[in-house]
Amino acid sequence: MQKIPQKIIHNKYLRHRKKFPHVWCPGCSNGIVLGAVIRAVAELEWKRSDITMVSGIGCSSRMPVYVDFNTLHTLHGRAIAFATGVKLFKPELKVIVVTGDGDATAIGGNHFIHAARRNIDLTVILLNNYIYGMTGGQYSPTTPIGDRTTTTPYGNIDPAFDICELALGAGAAFVARTTAYHATEAQTFIKKALVHKGFSLVEIICACPIIYGRMNKKGDAPAMMKSMKENILSIKAYEKLTEEQKEGKIKRGIFREVIKPEYTEEYDKLVKSLQASIGEVDNDRT
Amino acid sequence: MRYWEVPFGKEKPKTPIGEIHILKERCKGCGFCVEYCPKDVLEMSDEFNSKGYHPPKIVNEENCVNCGLCEMICPEFSIWCTLKEEVALEN
Repeated sequence: MQKIPQKIIHNKYLRHRKKFPHVWCPGCSNGIVLGAVIRAVAELEWKRSDITMVSGIGCSSRMPVYVDFNTLHTLHGRAIAFATGVKLFKPELKVIVVTGDGDATAIGGNHFIHAARRNIDLTVILLNNYIYGMTGGQYSPTTPIGDRTTTTPYGNIDPAFDICELALGAGAAFVARTTAYHATEAQTFIKKALVHKGFSLVEIICACPIIYGRMNKKGDAPAMMKSMKENILSIKAYEKLTEEQKEGKIKRGIFREVIKPEYTEEYDKLVKSLQASIGEVDNDRT
Repeated sequence: MRYWEVPFGKEKPKTPIGEIHILKERCKGCGFCVEYCPKDVLEMSDEFNSKGYHPPKIVNEENCVNCGLCEMICPEFSIWCTLKEEVALEN
């Protein structure tokens, strides 16, 4: 095998020798997102031991296997619950949660909205590929109306979740959406989300050419990337369109970036104030 | 009036020339690098790697400007480019 030079940043943060090539299908966008995460962390020059990456079950949740950080590969849908525990135990760690659309909004929906409500300092990277890819192509809460999957062979009739709207409604401090095609934008958004204090969500729309693309006749992997480029527009370009043109188009960009009281800091304050008051009582007794 | 715009003694801009490295055994033949290379440096080859995929091959290496798009878009981390030299533009 060819030797990879040390100056390549991927080499520094990935488990190159043990785990590669990865399990994802040819043309899957998850690898592009993994590259964007690695480059964002490399730009910030964080130590590998300062970062914890938590994930649940699913295609995208295989991501912590390949990175050389502290990693946790947990139960289906419970990634954010485990990450909350990690963050409360060691608030100085930088916790990144990588989940899929089914993982975060279907089985782990409650954990997702309540972490957003509490505003705990997590960075959630949500890879939305519109389908449960790993288990064979069942429909997920984000599958668009009319699309075919293994469990909806005559077309899906459930209206889909808008994950960014859900997070905005739940009160997340940083909400952004981008696609795997816009890899540099994904990198900058992930970097902003990592630096932001509070619950930050980056939804990245991914292509699944092997299962979702083949069932819905979306073409091969480059064709799906091209359709993402055409249909997912920046906020400025989206607002210029008329109502008829907006049909089938999705907007991307940063929807909210505010500073709010953060949960672990508030918890620390509460503990310290209580300890101080108890200390006074103890002093009185002695 | 044109000479007012160019600061005196300023160097002419240089074009970087890159060198592409491909890990053929790790490639899965998705075709993103071939599709999105702005200078059409790469092309799908007919040869097989040990898993039966077609890795890309380099056809116009002199056109590569070390933009790094192939490195960014590759889901398998199997292609990257390094800076070889910088050449002054010819007018």
